[in-house]
Parts: sequence; C-alpha cells; structure tokens
Amino acid sequence: MLKINELCASVEDKAIIRQLSLDVGPGEIHAIMGPNGAGKSTLGNVLAGRPGYEPTAGSVTFKGLDLLDMDPEIRAREGLFLAFQYPVEIPGVSNMELLKAAVDARRSHAGLSELSAIDFMKMAREACKAVDLDQSFLKRGVNEGFSGGEKKRNEIMQMMLMEPSLCILDETDSGLDIDALQVVARGVNAMRAADRSFIVVTHYQRLLDYIVPDYVHVLANGRIVKSGDKSLALELEAKGYSWLEDEVA
Amino acid sequence: MSGEFQQAALTLAGAQHFPAWLTDARAQGAAVWQGLAWPTRKTEAWRYTSLLPLENAQWQPAQARQLTDLSELVELDAYRLVFVNGHFAAHLSTECPAALVRFSEADSAQQALIREHLNQVADQQQHLFAALNSSWLQEGVLLHLGANQRLDKPVYLVQVSDQADAQAMNARVLVVLESGAEAELLEHFYSTEADDKGWMNATTECVVGANASLRHYRINLESEQSLHTGGVHVRLAQDARFNGFTLANGSRLKRLDYHIKHLGSGSDLQLNGIYLPRNQQRVDYHTQVEHCVPHCTTTEVFRGVIADSARAVFNGRIHIHPDAQKTLAEMSNRNLLTSDQAQVNTKPELEIYADDVRCAHGATVSQLNDEALFYLTSRGISEAEARVMLSFGFVNELVEGVALEPLQQWLRPRIAQMFGQNDQLTRHIIHD
Repeated sequence: MLKINELCASVEDKAIIRQLSLDVGPGEIHAIMGPNGAGKSTLGNVLAGRPGYEPTAGSVTFKGLDLLDMDPEIRAREGLFLAFQYPVEIPGVSNMELLKAAVDARRSHAGLSELSAIDFMKMAREACKAVDLDQSFLKRGVNEGFSGGEKKRNEIMQMMLMEPSLCILDETDSGLDIDALQVVARGVNAMRAADRSFIVVTHYQRLLDYIVPDYVHVLANGRIVKSGDKSLALELEAKGYSWLEDEVA
Repeated sequence: MSGEFQQAALTLAGAQHFPAWLTDARAQGAAVWQGLAWPTRKTEAWRYTSLLPLENAQWQPAQARQLTDLSELVELDAYRLVFVNGHFAAHLSTECPAALVRFSEADSAQQALIREHLNQVADQQQHLFAALNSSWLQEGVLLHLGANQRLDKPVYLVQVSDQADAQAMNARVLVVLESGAEAELLEHFYSTEADDKGWMNATTECVVGANASLRHYRINLESEQSLHTGGVHVRLAQDARFNGFTLANGSRLKRLDYHIKHLGSGSDLQLNGIYLPRNQQRVDYHTQVEHCVPHCTTTEVFRGVIADSARAVFNGRIHIHPDAQKTLAEMSNRNLLTSDQAQVNTKPELEIYADDVRCAHGATVSQLNDEALFYLTSRGISEAEARVMLSFGFVNELVEGVALEPLQQWLRPRIAQMFGQNDQLTRHIIHD
C-alpha cells in the first residue's frame, strides 16, 4: 500500500523528518506515537502534499505510484485521505458542496460515473448518522462554528464518503471527550477492510484502546526509533517517552 | 466655468423630445450641471476613479433598437418595463397597474406628484450625474403606492444596452410610497453584446413614507466596454424600512452612489452589496448614510472579490447628525483579492456628532486562504475549482440573503461563472 524509504523532509528549511522508513501493507493499522515535536504531524502533511512541507530526499510509493510526484488533489483521488488535526473553517462553502465535489472528483478519477444528487444525498445522510452528526451539518459552512469534536467527526464523515484506501488520522483524538472518541473509533472500525490501511498518529495511548493497531511505531527526532505491537503503546503510556530518547542517545 | 465635456453633454439634451411639464426639472438640472466644478484626481469623491473614458468619447443620443432575445432576463412573475438603449420596448413589457407608469404616460395628478418629488431626494450639488440626469429628462418611471397599498407582484425594470458606438442613455426612476405601503423593485442593467459601448446614466429616487417598506435590488451586469454612472437616493420617514441589495461587475467606468437619509425616527436601513470586477474592469461604490433623527438603525455590508488586474473602490460613509441619539449603525466591507495585480481602495468613514450612539465599522482586504485551498485540494478537488468555490463562498452569505428567491437562483450561476468560466468549475456551486 505505502512504502516510505529513507524519507527526509523540511519545513521552512528546517529538517524535521530524517531518513524515515515505513512499510504499510493492505488492511493494516499502524499507530505512530511520539513526543511533541517529533515530526508526527509533519509526516502526515508531507504524505498529503501540504505546501511548505518539502521532501528533500528519499522516496514514497503509494499503490506502486510515486506519491511525492503528485499534486495533493491527485493523491486524494488515488485514495489517500488525511484527517486534519486542525480542520479548516470555510464559511460560505457548504459541507455538502465540498463533499459532492470531493466524491465526484474521486469517482471520475477512478472512471466511475458520478452519483446522482439523490443517491449522494442518501449516502451523505447515512454518513452523518454514522458519526452522530445532525443532517443540518451538511448545509452548514465547512467546519464553520463547529465544536472541536464536531470538526473531528466531520473529518471522519468525509473519510467515509471518499472511501480512501489509505487513511491518515492526524491526532484525531486530541481534544476529544470519551464519547466523541468512541464515535470516531466506531467510524474507523466500521471502515476497516482488507484493502484499506490506516496510519493513526497520536500522542496518547487512549485512542488505541478503541482502534487496535497491528503495529506501533515511536517517532522521535524525525525517525522511527522503536516499533512493536500494541503492547508498546501501553509501555509508552506507563513509562512516557523520555526513556526512549535516552535509549536512542 | 464649466468644462468642454459639460457643455458637450448638455447639447445632447437639446436633441431630445420631452414633455413640456418636465421643462423646469430639466432646466434646474442643467443649471446645476453647468455650475459644478468638474472633478479632478484631487476631488476626494473621484480620487480613485477616472472620468477620462467619458471625456474622451464623442457621445450621441442612443437609438432605439429591436430586441427579441429575452434569455438574460430574470425569470420572475412581475410587472415588467423593458427599455432598450433607453427607449421603451412595449412588446417586451407587461401590462402594468396604474401605480406603475412611465413619465410620458403620466396623468395630471401623477405629473404633479413627479414634479413635487423629482430632484428633491437626490442632492444634485453633491451628485453631479444626478444633475445631468435631470437635464436629460424625457422619460422615466414612477412607482406610486398610496397609503397601505401593496402590489401583488414585484416591479421589474430592465435597461438593456446594445450599442456599437458611443451613445448615451438616461434612466430615471421615482418611487413614492405613502404611509404603510410596501413594494419590491428590481432594477436590472445589462448589455446584450460583449462590446457594447453605451453609457448609462441612471438615477433612482425613493421616498419611503411613514412605516412604509421598500425592497430594492439593483443588478449591474453590463459589458466591459460600457460606462455607467448611477445613483440610488432614498429618504426614510418615521419607521420606514429600506432593504437594498446591489451587485455589480466592473467596466471601463462604473460608479454607483447610494445616498440614504434617515429623516424620521425608528427608520431602518439594510444595505448589502457585492462587487466582482475582473480583467481590466473598474467599479466604484460610494455610499452615504445620514442619520438626522434619533432611534434609527443602519446595517451595511459590502463584499468584493477583485480578480486579475481589476480595481475596486469602496467608500462608505455614515454621518450621525447631532440630533441622532440612540442610533445603531454598523458597516462592514470585506475584500478578497484573487490575483497579485488586483487592487481595492476601501475607506469606511464614521462621522459622529451625537454622544449616545452605537456605531461600528470595519474593512478588511485579504487573499485566498492557503489553508482552505489545501483543505479542499486534499479532498481531491482541483485547485482551479477550489479557487472558484472559495471566491463564491466569500460572497455566498450575501447571495443567500437575497429575499427575492427567483433573483437569488438567477444570480448563483452568473456569479459562479464570473469566477470560473467553464461548467466543470462551477457545477458544484450551481447545483447546491
């Protein structure tokens, strides 16, 4: 699904990701944990193609394609989805308008016919229900005036409608109360499939009680310093991150 | 000392046939026009807008023309009067009630009413093109509703321009609503051809009586080559309401003045405007709101999206006179520049001479938000479509505020097409 090979990346000429390698197979869930400033969010943004996040060396292939060579919209149409840590408020553009444009773009890229307005509406309503958002959210401006939890649930709703093959959740759990966290986790778990992979970026172990990862990686100083199974997350929770940094040093 | 252009413009008036009872109003306008000092770049009200496109042409009176294509009209069940190149087109117009009449058809009571109010709302000393408009008077439209009257349909006034040469047109509207009357009026200006070179000089005066209500829409979508000088002038009596919406693209010269006076306590003004110049277009909105008495309210919101090498001017002034205690007035102007060459000069002004008022004003100039652009493209939407969506989104709130539903539906695709010329870029807005 995704092969990251010795990737280096900079933000404002500052090296953040240093020779990071990671292999994500189809159907797998990888959790990426680490202290603040380790480069967790940078990794997600580099993969999604955010301007200003510059890959400087290494390579990334996504479904066999050169990911770094694609514009952000092409990455999305190929099936990469980034759930934002801080979803952007866009007054004046309705959620519905964004979703229809997004799904149309993804489908036409895949050579599929566009959904009729009625079929799409039905899908969108179901997605709303799945993340416990009232249907009125479809008509509202994108994230406009949404609470923190509503923004994150809106991200998951978009993810459901776009049916991506690789989902990157960038600290989707931060700032969520336990109810919202469970809604998000339920949404993710419902989407698990043999041909769909997840990278769950998080600072806290709590989320992983609900979204159980196949692999846990610890990111520190721009590279993966330790990998393991879900028990590593518990160990990190108990011991914090500093022992790892000591170990690496 | 009046200039060459002022003299030349006046001679156009001499070539016209006009009803004898308009002689005084014409003479009055001509006298003011001739006596005015011609604006220069140092004249504050014309600082950012050049009148050279006007001065550099040899103007002729506009000729009547046949027009059969009505596809650009708003689909609206309304009392409609259509003028082509300033000339009334009976076959394109509908039957109208007695309350809606052309000056040339006015009976003696209506003539008296017109003479009573004409030139009384628009301050001609301050608005030179209103003075010129009066000097050119030969035709106009009167909408007069007696106490507590209302029409069963909106009034739709259409001014179509279609001129290969420099021809000048005059349009005049007088609205008189007596106490408790209600009306809805749409003024629509457009060109049939992309190279229409007409100059439209349009003055509208509205007298809104006690507790009367006027919803007024003014849509200016003429060709890039055309010129427009126009104004909407309003007097509000006690508890009167004026709800205005205006939208304009730009052209070589497009100057629109709104001047509203709160003259009776408890009157309310809501004025929303959108300007969308692109390419090399110019557009200039000057608004003036005068609070002369206590307990009146004003809410004014203008937004502009300026693209390519276009330039916009917004000058909004709210003047609170000493007696106007307990005034509530808010004015906001936001601008989005979608290219590095786009320009806007915005100047919101509050002049307050009363001490117990609540007033606020603000102006912003911004560019497309990179975060929002990335957010949309990260959902698979092309950057071109994302730009169109964000530009439209910037003015969408005001579009949705258009209470006349068929107009709102008509506007949506036309506004979207100004941001993105092909259907692929606009379809998600249009089918919202």
